[in-house]
Amino acid sequence: MICFELFLTFLKIGLFTFGGGYAMLPMIQEEVAAHGWLNQSELIDFIAVSESTPGPFAVNIATFVGTRTGGIFGGLCATLGVILPSFVIILIVARCYQKFKSNKIVNGAMNGLKPAVVGLIAAALLSLAQTVFFPAGLNTAVFGTAQFYVSLGIFVVAVVLAFKKLHPIFIILLSAAIGVIAGVIETC
Amino acid sequence: MKQIQSIISLFLTFMKIGLFTFGGGYAMIPLIQRETVDNKKWISDKDILEIVAIAESTPGPIAINAATFIGFRVGGFLGAMAATVGVVLPSFTIIAAISYILAAYQSVVWIQYAFNGIRAGVLALIVRALWSMYKQSPKGFFSYLIMFGAFAVTAFLPVNVVFVILFCAAAGILKTLIVGRRDKR
Repeated sequence: MICFELFLTFLKIGLFTFGGGYAMLPMIQEEVAAHGWLNQSELIDFIAVSESTPGPFAVNIATFVGTRTGGIFGGLCATLGVILPSFVIILIVARCYQKFKSNKIVNGAMNGLKPAVVGLIAAALLSLAQTVFFPAGLNTAVFGTAQFYVSLGIFVVAVVLAFKKLHPIFIILLSAAIGVIAGVIETC
Repeated sequence: MKQIQSIISLFLTFMKIGLFTFGGGYAMIPLIQRETVDNKKWISDKDILEIVAIAESTPGPIAINAATFIGFRVGGFLGAMAATVGVVLPSFTIIAAISYILAAYQSVVWIQYAFNGIRAGVLALIVRALWSMYKQSPKGFFSYLIMFGAFAVTAFLPVNVVFVILFCAAAGILKTLIVGRRDKR
């Protein structure tokens, strides 16, 4: 039963996310929270794992959530669900892609979807940032904690490095190293 | 016999692509190009551009879209299956293994410290992704309206993301049809 639920949920995610990569984040965030499969921190941790392992984010997270909730068979159902819509749609489009490319409806929909994805990712970013910087909810007490300033420092440095096109794996390794050092200093 | 060979070749090539591309998305395009255009000569450089355009306007991860498309062109339905299974298999195996390992090590204090740092770094990666999506998006009043509307509705109201996506697609279609008609006159 859980397998069927995983399959249907990830089928929906595969069907309604355009653009690939982080464009899928808002929907994945909504669905895993609604089903109670992952909390916000676990989702962020998994984004790091996904960036450091090969393969597309959507497939990685489908496999991860599926395996955690329903074992290997659950992972199989979720992964099958997330790739099935692409597979079927591309098989149809591959036969008539000249027509598809110049179709007014398709182009029009993309004119609405591209900016929508920007807005949706921004919303996902805002709620993930809240989890990272204000883990106990929005209050001013957080400004007295070392954790807040460490996170803020890592974030600023990582943004600069990300825009200098440093590979995500190095950014994750660096953030991990600073996290460990800060943790050790704090407990000393 | 030749068909079986090309299907095995599709499977192996896309397995390699799935194994060696970190991060997914557009990061996969250069490797897909090297393997399928330069090495195997299955498709041309122009086809790669077409595939990116199609992958962008169809749902799902770009790597899956590209694998299915190229697989179908080279080996029909079976080719599409072989390429798609090939590109997914490495991720699936690695992540399934990791999900067990991660659960076992989650209580180690060093790992917790590391993830405290990593979470802030991941936010930066999303900021970077947001910026590149913004650059690819059309600009202008309509686009900014959709961008801000989608953000505000998702961030502050309990609205399902699917409805936001469907509504924005419909708005885009409506706008294109109206503008197209006006241009004709």
